[in-house]
Amino acid sequence: MIVTETTPARIARIGFLGLWLVITIFPLYWIIVTSFKAPGDIFSYPLQYWPAEFSFENYVQLFEKADFGTYVVNSLVVSTAAATVATLISLLSAYVLARFEFRSKSAILMAFLVTQMIPTFIALGPLYLLMVELGLVDDRFGLILVYVAVCIPFCTIMLRGFFANIPDALEEAAMIDGCSRLGALFRVIVPVMKPGIVAAFIFNFVNCWNELFLSVTLMNKDENKTIPTALNGFITSFNIDWGSMSAAAVLTILPTMLLFAFASRYIVQGLTAGAVKG
Amino acid sequence: MTTVEERPPTRAGAPAPATPAPAPRRRRAFTTRRGLVVAAFMLPAAIFVGVFIYYPMLAGSQMAFRHWNLSNLTDTSWIGLQNFATIFADPAFGVILGNSVLWVVASIVPQLVIGFALALWLRRKFRFRGLYQALIFFPWAISGFLIGILFRWMFNGEFGVVNDLLMKTGVIDQGIPWLAQPDTAMFAVIIANIWYGVTFFAIMILAALQSVPDELFEAAALDGAGKVRTLFKITIPYISTTLALTVLLRVIWIFNFPDIIWAMTGGGPANQTHIITTWMITFTQKGDYGVASALGLIVVGLLLVFSAFYLMALRGKKEVSS
Repeated sequence: MIVTETTPARIARIGFLGLWLVITIFPLYWIIVTSFKAPGDIFSYPLQYWPAEFSFENYVQLFEKADFGTYVVNSLVVSTAAATVATLISLLSAYVLARFEFRSKSAILMAFLVTQMIPTFIALGPLYLLMVELGLVDDRFGLILVYVAVCIPFCTIMLRGFFANIPDALEEAAMIDGCSRLGALFRVIVPVMKPGIVAAFIFNFVNCWNELFLSVTLMNKDENKTIPTALNGFITSFNIDWGSMSAAAVLTILPTMLLFAFASRYIVQGLTAGAVKG
Repeated sequence: MTTVEERPPTRAGAPAPATPAPAPRRRRAFTTRRGLVVAAFMLPAAIFVGVFIYYPMLAGSQMAFRHWNLSNLTDTSWIGLQNFATIFADPAFGVILGNSVLWVVASIVPQLVIGFALALWLRRKFRFRGLYQALIFFPWAISGFLIGILFRWMFNGEFGVVNDLLMKTGVIDQGIPWLAQPDTAMFAVIIANIWYGVTFFAIMILAALQSVPDELFEAAALDGAGKVRTLFKITIPYISTTLALTVLLRVIWIFNFPDIIWAMTGGGPANQTHIITTWMITFTQKGDYGVASALGLIVVGLLLVFSAFYLMALRGKKEVSS
């Protein structure tokens, strides 16, 4: 495309990209470094840009004092279950929205888009009351149901973008060969669309893993808290134990980062397919 | 809800009826079946979204006109606009409204500019581009709340790395208690938000840029247009729709995004970093759902008005340019 690049332009480009990379990575670096400092060293001056002494004390504290293991299990259970169910349900709705023409189609798409724009906080109060009535407050199952609902709209829009890239001749051929529509969907299309489905699942999982306000509203007892809810508890208490907090942040961030690194290409594809063309 | 349009199925390969007489029956049977498939496949999603999103959202909207406080649930009477009056009478409201606008504008402009620059430069192929993109993508893997925690630690007045770096480079002589004073606290939360949101713009703009045909750039180069001219005369006009819609989406989203502020300052010091949605959460936590819902409706109203004006301006501009 652009054939030549002058030396100053090249320097400017590399300089800018490099600078932004440093700015992007630094906060992560800093929280990791902090988490491995001995508790006393965190508040030592001058600041240590590299731990004087590598210590796992903060991590040990986290599991011994704060019962972090329970929160990890809660987050894992809730996020995995919600992401799985939401991806399956969205697969069906995205398929219909990508392949069929029907009258209420644009209304449904609009209804899904609107959920991304209106503040969810307006729903917090009534949602709490609803869950009280269903007896699902402080119940992981209740939180899973809510997360499934929260994930569905965007996941559907994203998967619909992926369906657009797959010729419908594929499932027609399968149906002529005697597959039912559901059979054709799961036996023929799902394998082809695997990267997209994995990306959608990861996106859902990370969203549930990171969600704060719904879980704060619905999970009150300590043994039911997810990681973000527990961290919110740490932060509202008067003094923040920055050692444990850093360790907790690292443990929360790393799994999602690994997942995103694995799926980022497809997620970008899904984001742009859903939004730019929509 | 899911009625199938009475349109001949073009895709499914049903042969076009040669004689009109038997056709309706056949077509109808076919459409009903398709209708059932549509309904069955849509139903789970519709139920979940209906029960756990739309029902509470609508219920929340009517709470705005009631006395509704968890501390006294025996009295949930209609009180008209009283919740709104409470909000408007609060001297904090003006400040918080101003903060919300500042929060959106001061976050989105740098995000757009930096994101645009990144996208332009990422368009050119270079070694490790894939790795680079994956690396700058990473803020997206983190929740806004944790980003708030990260930056709260970095902006710590005594042991924060921001102060340390600024003092080492001689920009300041003395540590600044960033999050303890209103002006610097607002600045700090906005910096965190810019850091977080740049990636989104970079992705969207990069995707849009890839849709610009290379011939346009070649023609511009042949005509002797410089880089800046090409940027403003060709690139930006070509992707203006995507740009405009991305900005609209982001304005709505950032307006509704309390997580970073919540973790960094909780709205403090003395309410000075509250935006409407963080303020709303404090009412929810006090159990005062009536006032919280009224605030929610104010947010929805403001965003609707903004979107309408924005889309109108966009349309007007298009008619002029075409």
